[in-house]
Amino acid sequence: MNLRNYAKFEFFSIPENIAFARSCVGSFAAQLDCTLEDIEEIKLVVSEAVSNCIIHGYENNPTQMITVMVSIDTASVLEIVVEDRGKGIEDLPRAMEAAYSTDPTRMGLGFTFMKSFTDDMQVDTAPGQGTTVRLRRSFLKNEEALA
Amino acid sequence: MSLEFKKIRATLIVRVAGEMDMLIADKMRTEIDKRIDDKTIRNLVLNLERVPFIDSSGLGVVIGRYKRITAKQGRMFIVGARPQVEKILFFSGVNRLVPMYKNEQEVINI
Repeated sequence: MNLRNYAKFEFFSIPENIAFARSCVGSFAAQLDCTLEDIEEIKLVVSEAVSNCIIHGYENNPTQMITVMVSIDTASVLEIVVEDRGKGIEDLPRAMEAAYSTDPTRMGLGFTFMKSFTDDMQVDTAPGQGTTVRLRRSFLKNEEALA
Repeated sequence: MSLEFKKIRATLIVRVAGEMDMLIADKMRTEIDKRIDDKTIRNLVLNLERVPFIDSSGLGVVIGRYKRITAKQGRMFIVGARPQVEKILFFSGVNRLVPMYKNEQEVINI
């Protein structure tokens, strides 16, 4: 599938950049003629993915880099890729369970939200190698309905 | 993010303004806890009228405060959640623990 648009940006692993990342991706997604509710959901999944990089991938080390790539293809599929080069996830099936968190003060809903508000989620991780989360969501129906 | 506090008898009302994510989670936790740890406070009302966004870090703050308030036999309520925030509160099941109302007056009338 050919790309209609693509953007890539990198930033420090600090909490201030979570809002920055979700706003950027939300603005990018807005060209898809999606609803405000869709944009809110996209912002939520980006927030979860970037928060995971900061908390788990880099364990709050503020000097590391997070990369976000976002694209829209000719079939109106939005793809968001969030990548860190941090510690990786030891037990991925466990990490993806709802309400599981390595941190007892957290809710363990990050992956649940990412899965629920997208059509497809792929996680590529290895201990010491970092984590890449690839989220895809189709907006074809929205655009056909508008046509 | 800003927090405004109002005390009515044994109830602490917290009016939150801003996006509830990881950036504000620690500050919110600390600021609210130092007030609800006060012996004269039993109940907590979280006013989310001016919260346009919440993610799982924000929900963590809500649930953490709920646990603290119920540990001292108090009650917690959420008021004024906007549709997009309300959706996340329902989706995560927080609404089953913390009753939700339209505004502060509704809770005060209980």
